[in-house]
Amino acid sequence: MQLTTKQRTRVDWFLTVLRVIAFLVIGAGFLAFVAQAINSDNPFARWANPDAINLTGEQLQGLVVTGLAQGAMYGLIALGYSMVYGVLGFINFAHGEVFMVGAMTGAITSSKLAEAGYWESSFVLCLLLVVVLSMVVCTVTAVIMERVAYRPLRGKPRLIPLITSIGVSFFLQNCVLVLLGSTVKSYPDLPNWLTDKRTFLEIQGSKILVLVVAALAMAGLWYLVEKTKTGKAMRAVAEDAEIASLMGIDVNRIIVKTFAVGGAMAGVAGILWGLLFRSVVHTTGFLPGIKAFSSAVVGGIGNLGGSMAGGLTIGVAESLGPLMILEPLGVSGPSQLRDAVAFAVLIIVLLVRPSGIFGERLPSEERT
Amino acid sequence: MSSHSMLEITGLHVEFGGLHALNNLDFTVEEGEIVAVIGPNGAGKTTFFNVVSGMMKPTEGQLFFEGRSLLGLDPNKITARGIARTFQNVRLFNNMTVLENVMVSQHCRTRQRMLDALLQTRRFRTEEALVRDRGKEVLGFFGTRLTGYRFDQPASVLSYANRRRLEIARAMATSPKLILLDEPVAGMNPVESAELTQLIGKLRDEMGYTIVLIEHDMSVVRDISDRVVVLDHGEAIARGTYAEVSANPQVIEAYLGQTTDGN
Amino acid sequence: MTETGYFPATQGATEAPAPRRRLLDQDWPKLLRAGAILAVGQVFIALSGMPVTFDRRLLIDPILSLGYLSLLWLPLVVSYWVGREQVLEGMTAYAKGGRDVLAGAMTALLGNAGLALLVVGITHFDIRDPLVNWSPQLLGILEFEESVWLGALIWPAIGAGTGALGGGLHWASSRISRTTVIVLLSVFGAAVLESVITDLTQGFHIEAVSEWLYGPKRGLTYPAAIVVAVAVVGVMTGLAAYRASPARDERAARGEGAATSGGSDTTRPAWRRMPTRRLVNLVLTVAAIVVLPLFLGRLTNELLANVGLFILLALGLNIIVGLAGILDLGYVAFFAVGGYSVAVLTSPGSPRFDPEIPWFGALFVAMLLAGLAGLFIGAPVIRMRGDYLAIVTLGFGEIIRVLLLSDWLSGTFNGAQGITNIPGVEVFGLATVRGFEPRSVLYLVLVFCAIAVYVSWRLENSRIGRAWMAIREDESVAEAMGVDTVSAKLMAFVTGAVLGSFSGAILSAKVGSVFPHSFAIIVSIVILVVVIFGGMGNIPGVIAGAVVLIGILGGPNQPGLLQEFAEYKILIYGALLVWMMIQRSEGLIPSVRRARELHIDEMNQDAWLRAQAAADDAHNGGGNRGGGRP
Repeated sequence: MQLTTKQRTRVDWFLTVLRVIAFLVIGAGFLAFVAQAINSDNPFARWANPDAINLTGEQLQGLVVTGLAQGAMYGLIALGYSMVYGVLGFINFAHGEVFMVGAMTGAITSSKLAEAGYWESSFVLCLLLVVVLSMVVCTVTAVIMERVAYRPLRGKPRLIPLITSIGVSFFLQNCVLVLLGSTVKSYPDLPNWLTDKRTFLEIQGSKILVLVVAALAMAGLWYLVEKTKTGKAMRAVAEDAEIASLMGIDVNRIIVKTFAVGGAMAGVAGILWGLLFRSVVHTTGFLPGIKAFSSAVVGGIGNLGGSMAGGLTIGVAESLGPLMILEPLGVSGPSQLRDAVAFAVLIIVLLVRPSGIFGERLPSEERT
Repeated sequence: MSSHSMLEITGLHVEFGGLHALNNLDFTVEEGEIVAVIGPNGAGKTTFFNVVSGMMKPTEGQLFFEGRSLLGLDPNKITARGIARTFQNVRLFNNMTVLENVMVSQHCRTRQRMLDALLQTRRFRTEEALVRDRGKEVLGFFGTRLTGYRFDQPASVLSYANRRRLEIARAMATSPKLILLDEPVAGMNPVESAELTQLIGKLRDEMGYTIVLIEHDMSVVRDISDRVVVLDHGEAIARGTYAEVSANPQVIEAYLGQTTDGN
Repeated sequence: MTETGYFPATQGATEAPAPRRRLLDQDWPKLLRAGAILAVGQVFIALSGMPVTFDRRLLIDPILSLGYLSLLWLPLVVSYWVGREQVLEGMTAYAKGGRDVLAGAMTALLGNAGLALLVVGITHFDIRDPLVNWSPQLLGILEFEESVWLGALIWPAIGAGTGALGGGLHWASSRISRTTVIVLLSVFGAAVLESVITDLTQGFHIEAVSEWLYGPKRGLTYPAAIVVAVAVVGVMTGLAAYRASPARDERAARGEGAATSGGSDTTRPAWRRMPTRRLVNLVLTVAAIVVLPLFLGRLTNELLANVGLFILLALGLNIIVGLAGILDLGYVAFFAVGGYSVAVLTSPGSPRFDPEIPWFGALFVAMLLAGLAGLFIGAPVIRMRGDYLAIVTLGFGEIIRVLLLSDWLSGTFNGAQGITNIPGVEVFGLATVRGFEPRSVLYLVLVFCAIAVYVSWRLENSRIGRAWMAIREDESVAEAMGVDTVSAKLMAFVTGAVLGSFSGAILSAKVGSVFPHSFAIIVSIVILVVVIFGGMGNIPGVIAGAVVLIGILGGPNQPGLLQEFAEYKILIYGALLVWMMIQRSEGLIPSVRRARELHIDEMNQDAWLRAQAAADDAHNGGGNRGGGRP
């Protein structure tokens, strides 16, 4: 068919070369990994990296679970990006900082609770309280953010709210810095029954907890978006804000609710961060925020299920990538490159499938 | 010289989201013609322009311009081949001046490189003067409306009718052989509309452009078109002179069956 | 020859006497809301630690420190804002009067009541655990080192005073209020510029002036403050008188007329097309810039060199963001490429490349590498939509930093230890540029700034520049008008990258060392703020933006005039970015340039109409006089 004979420019060739290189590197790394895992003395394995450390099955399992737990966290943050993108059509860059605010709230309240002695004695109740508080604080932050910074920009070209959100992001981050100081805030120790390795799959309890909380939050969100009237209105606004407003939907209220829900999810994710990493600083939000954005894009922005899947993909990729792709190729200190791997996943996905793995739901302006 | 028509389109299909925007469309334009494309809203007229100008890819079909296929070309390459267009909802470069608007569209006809501009070579200076003069000449085609102090005004301050004129001037500045005009008189008052109709005639007679236009205003279509093609649901339901087409019962049904003010 | 003839009906619209309102006829909800917002803002400022940190910096010797100023400006702004009313077309505005003064006073009183509560709060509760600035020092400042009750009472009173001033600005005639604002700003400026002015007076051997202006503890003495204020009022009155004189209009019209006629003839080189008056101005400015550093001391030269580095960066980013409209958030990558290439190639301390090469050779390599980096970063993102492109470029910037920091490449870049021992610049055996001689660095920076300005200026008015602007305005239309958008955008990336690499190369030589953390993402963001603040796509605007922001606040790793701002810099940059975007809503469009265009336009129109009339044209241009202009 003649239609496929698109005349290729030099840029197209260059991009093809880049795609091929990306696949070759990934393929070679993975092959080397497999070769080294089978027998570290075979010539290919030795050629790639003579002193490769072999991962045991147990370590591999641990990496996957850690990746999934972090990925679930990214996924929860990504939901906020995705929902706002669906409704307003712009990337709320400051969403990562909302997540950081949640993690901060968690650190402060949980350490206060630990001081008072409740953390140890009634952990589940405390955790619930901390999660709810963090959700409330994040919701309020997100709603104020919308009201002050984004509402005046309604209807402006997409890049303008994006630039604004970059400003909001650095403003929020530094608000926390000047108010709370630059010291690391830590979470109190988790109770022993959680941090012990379970006999079941040898997984740390805290990671199971993270996955459970993420699943609960996801289920709640699914119920809200698919089963309630508000959710229906949200989907209508995402489809076409103008027509939705003609149908009697108060678009402004729905937008505020979208920010609120996104904020609440970021609040949950903040606590998950606390459970996983146990310490927070004012710069905590930046990288997870961008990785969550990458998750949203990888999963197809505007697509909620896709965001979660994208989050898990990025989480597992950055957990396994350094040790399964880079290390076998002889890159020293591969875990330092975790962040670079996460970004590389984003870039490769956009190179290969510009609309993400699960396709993209575009806002109405884009569709015509 | 050659036996080809200027624009030859066969079996054009455009589909998006399961919707047939264009369905098995055949279309030819001979050099020096003015062809009008009419049809009710949503008939696929603008889609047709988008495909010819390369802004949209067809699902199936062949497009030949002067005997060479246009398939797979980027819009800028198609413009370089000699097809220029205007837009239904005027899309000027609003923060550039009137003159800059017609200078930028000579991009594909100019050769200077960045180094020329930096070193102020003779090539740069002569070409820049040429581009400027050609821009002024094209703007001068519309009388004094776009000339004089208007040269240096941002396009955004122009009146609606002048913005439409500037769009045509911008298309002319690309030195095309074929111009696609998308509803050139939409929103103009009867006097302006009549004047522009005359100008479109002059575009062909004096400047030698071949013209395809989409138009809802039947008096314009009657006055200047050599041939009329009627689209409905992405299919050509009638072709011929204005008189033939306007008597065609299928056309009347297409219009009256859907809109009451279809003229 | 009067201009008003063409624009009737703009005056006289407000001739009917404006209705007055009674003193208590207030918009209470708005007032309460503004008061509450102000209270939150004031408490936030207090708890952010600004009053404590800035207290050391005196502005006007015994009276005002920067710390107290940080608590004074917001009530002024908010109470002014409260008095602003939108006047719908066709309606008559209410007369401004005592009511507005009262509104301002009450708003700010309410707002500062927040501070009073804070004073009481700090004395009774201790929540210093999360809030680090909930401290006795803050309390001391808030209660003027006196008693709690003084603090709790005086703040609302101060609020009422500043609020009355803010509200009163509406009441006063526009000239008086403008004068007041300018006087306040210039006294503030004189106080802020202390080190520069001291430096300058030393250079010209008139130290007496600065000794008289500034007290022994830094800060203007208050007689000096009064003199500055009076001087500014004098200058403004003089200017106003000059503006009102008819002779100026004539001159301006002639000057602009020359600009139009000269501008059309492109066959002559650009510099010969400029009207003589502008050329003379240009030559004088350049001469001043060249001579001035000789009279400046280390401190100011150092400061200006930093500003110059950011001008270079901002001009480069301006080509990408301002002209071509591509939001590149990873611009710091090109800065890093410039810095690290020079460091690796010239430093004996770099782990690889032992034969060290001179700086200019390294610069050439840096340019090539930056151009390549522009292609490599640009090509994959060029077809992406604007917002994806922004994040992906951000990712690239971060990847480069991570790679510089990594063990993997530490054989070349030395990881977190960075590369030190970078020699200065040998300028063809004539002179040596070294970091500890800021003046020499400044000259080097100035040369490259001149190159960057020239490149931006020439490209803006060329085929590629027009293509960039068209892409910024509407990419798909630009494509349909025959612009090869892909290669034009790539060219923007490459040009911007090369300009950015200059800055990096100079930074290496200036500081003598490079570290990965010097190239964090925040650098990109600060450059973006500079470009947006100055006006995108507008060369003088970008330069002015860099001078004001980097000069006063400083860059991400460089101190500015207000060194006390160090930890609040990014906070302010963030807030500024938001504010700019909301206020100058069309941020991606060069508002300054556009305003200027519009203004010049009117002048051109008049000049053109005059020319038409003088030539006794048959059509007389009459059709165009009435119509067209709104």
